[in-house]
Amino acid sequence: MVESKHQWKAWLYLAPAIVLLLVFTVWPIINTVRMAFLEDYSIAAASGGEASFSLGVGNFVKVAQYQDFLVCLKNTVLLCLITVPISTLLALLVAVALNSIKPLRKLLQTIFFLPYVTNSIAIGMVFAAMFNIVGSLGTRRPLIQTVGIVNNVIEFFGGSYVNWINNGSSYWPNMFVLIIYIVWNALPFKILILLGGLQSVNKQYYEAAKVDSTPRWRVLWRITVPLLSPMIAYVVITGFIGGFKEYTSIVGIFGESLGPAHAPGRLNTMVGFIYDALAQHHQGRASAAALILFAIILLVTLINLQVSKKRVHY
Amino acid sequence: MRIVLQNLTKAFPSRNKKSNEEVIAVNNFNFEIPDGKLIGLLGPSGCGKSTTLYMISGLLKPTSGRILFGDDDVTELSTENRGIGLVFQNYALYPHMTVKQNIMFPLQNLKGQDKMTKEQMLERTQGAARLVQIDGLLDRKPSELSGGQQQRVAIARALVKMPRVLLLDEPLSNLDARLRLQTREEIRRIQQETKITTVFVTHDQEEAMSISDMIVVMKTGIVQQIGKPQDVYDDPANLFVAKFLGTPPINVFEGSVKNDMLYVGSDPVLAIKGVADQAVTVGIRPEGFILDEEGPLRCKPVNVEVMGRDVSVVSTHDASSNPFVRSIINADNKIDVTREYVRYGIKSHKIFIFNKETEERIYFEVK
Repeated sequence: MVESKHQWKAWLYLAPAIVLLLVFTVWPIINTVRMAFLEDYSIAAASGGEASFSLGVGNFVKVAQYQDFLVCLKNTVLLCLITVPISTLLALLVAVALNSIKPLRKLLQTIFFLPYVTNSIAIGMVFAAMFNIVGSLGTRRPLIQTVGIVNNVIEFFGGSYVNWINNGSSYWPNMFVLIIYIVWNALPFKILILLGGLQSVNKQYYEAAKVDSTPRWRVLWRITVPLLSPMIAYVVITGFIGGFKEYTSIVGIFGESLGPAHAPGRLNTMVGFIYDALAQHHQGRASAAALILFAIILLVTLINLQVSKKRVHY
Repeated sequence: MRIVLQNLTKAFPSRNKKSNEEVIAVNNFNFEIPDGKLIGLLGPSGCGKSTTLYMISGLLKPTSGRILFGDDDVTELSTENRGIGLVFQNYALYPHMTVKQNIMFPLQNLKGQDKMTKEQMLERTQGAARLVQIDGLLDRKPSELSGGQQQRVAIARALVKMPRVLLLDEPLSNLDARLRLQTREEIRRIQQETKITTVFVTHDQEEAMSISDMIVVMKTGIVQQIGKPQDVYDDPANLFVAKFLGTPPINVFEGSVKNDMLYVGSDPVLAIKGVADQAVTVGIRPEGFILDEEGPLRCKPVNVEVMGRDVSVVSTHDASSNPFVRSIINADNKIDVTREYVRYGIKSHKIFIFNKETEERIYFEVK
């Protein structure tokens, strides 16, 4: 074969990328698996060279027994299950709307895309301010004066303020703010993908539907959605993967306490759990949790692919 | 349904933003399409035929002029409310639906008193599928069908809701030559069975001539001639129409009229009257030549193409505008291509003369 003569050249050109991937991706993955199955692993002992660790599933058992871990798992799963469908649906509607207007389209597209290029922590802080209740301008109410814009609006319409995220707030208001934030943050990417998909759909399908007097909602459900199904499947799968890695948003809104002042850690997620374990030098526990997270993502993705096999057209 | 087009005009804004010049795609189109007829809009690409079709469909709004279906003015009516069936050039079948779902789709949109039960829809769908002879393919997806089958599905989908008007945009352009012949007969048959007023667009004159009740020949947005295919062929209004219709195409010569004699080059071919002396363009249909030892038109033979029943004689003539003169004569005649000249007489109803500048037809009487 002619090619084999030049094979070393191919490898040479690939080498820089391969070396970097081996060092920073492949080896850490292998090492994670290794550490997860070593009992009582510690870096200090390992680098001392004298320690030998026995194999076992102790890390997994420990992780599963942690109350914290179950909280994190529950938060992560809840956030995923709630935000992915909502953001996908909203992104679809926004993309369809954007695709059907001409004036201002570029401007609106830019506006919708802004969250994607804005720092998540900064956005989180803005959200925290918007949903705040505590202020010091109190004359009407001496102790608590709402300053957050959301509560201002609620009070303007005659409702009573809600303690969204401050000290003493309850779980679901916390989640509500998180969900809004995550959905809003997830929209741009999904809109971008779906809009791209829409623009590649043959316009004649819509003309044909128009000739046949198809109502708008039927055009959406019977024509647009099926034709977009590959893109929808893509944003759902990547949405779930991203959702299971949710962490920054919680830091953004609640700070490093990962919860309102009276209940720190209440909104922690899987990734947060792994960070915490690493921070406490429990590499084994962190690795085990990472593998569990990986298994969950793998499982959900497989389910998604299975579902989309039936639902995705061509 | 009778369709009336009154002063129909469509102007598109110029691509070039600096100039305010508009592109007139259709210019002042007047035509009354009789009920239940099959009409072919014919012309080279860019002549405005598709634009006209899409204005009838309502997908394009005319710049000025009116469109009437029967006595209803539908000019301002949107596509949804016109009750038309449209077959797109690329069929535009929904790729994710089966043939059955595709055909049934328009029925599911019916509202109010037109609303149908599932059974009625199924029945109508099967009826439409039978009409176009695809009733065995109802559970296939469009991608599993051949071009001809997809075409039939598209027609069935357009017909299933019993439209007032059926519009076909270049319906045969995506089919191979054999299928094209077959499908055009199908379209004719379906149209005659359903008696739905049908307008179709084509650039293929043979296609238009073979199945239309009437053809409309268009050029650069302007209607050149409207009439029965044979009438338009036998009596073209101008040089463009004469050249556009007929295979092989008409032979065009430089000629002149002098003292009631029509000359092709220097050959006096026909004594005529009623035409002033002038230089003219002469068109002779290929079938208008008669082999005649004493004939006035002298051509240099180049080649003889045998076509079975007929032969096509390829020859040259100094006054011809085309490189070759093509005549079709009965195969019983033996032509010796080695001779210096082959001489023809001309059938007077197969020769047309046109004004050299305007290219309009000049009518004459045979002396």
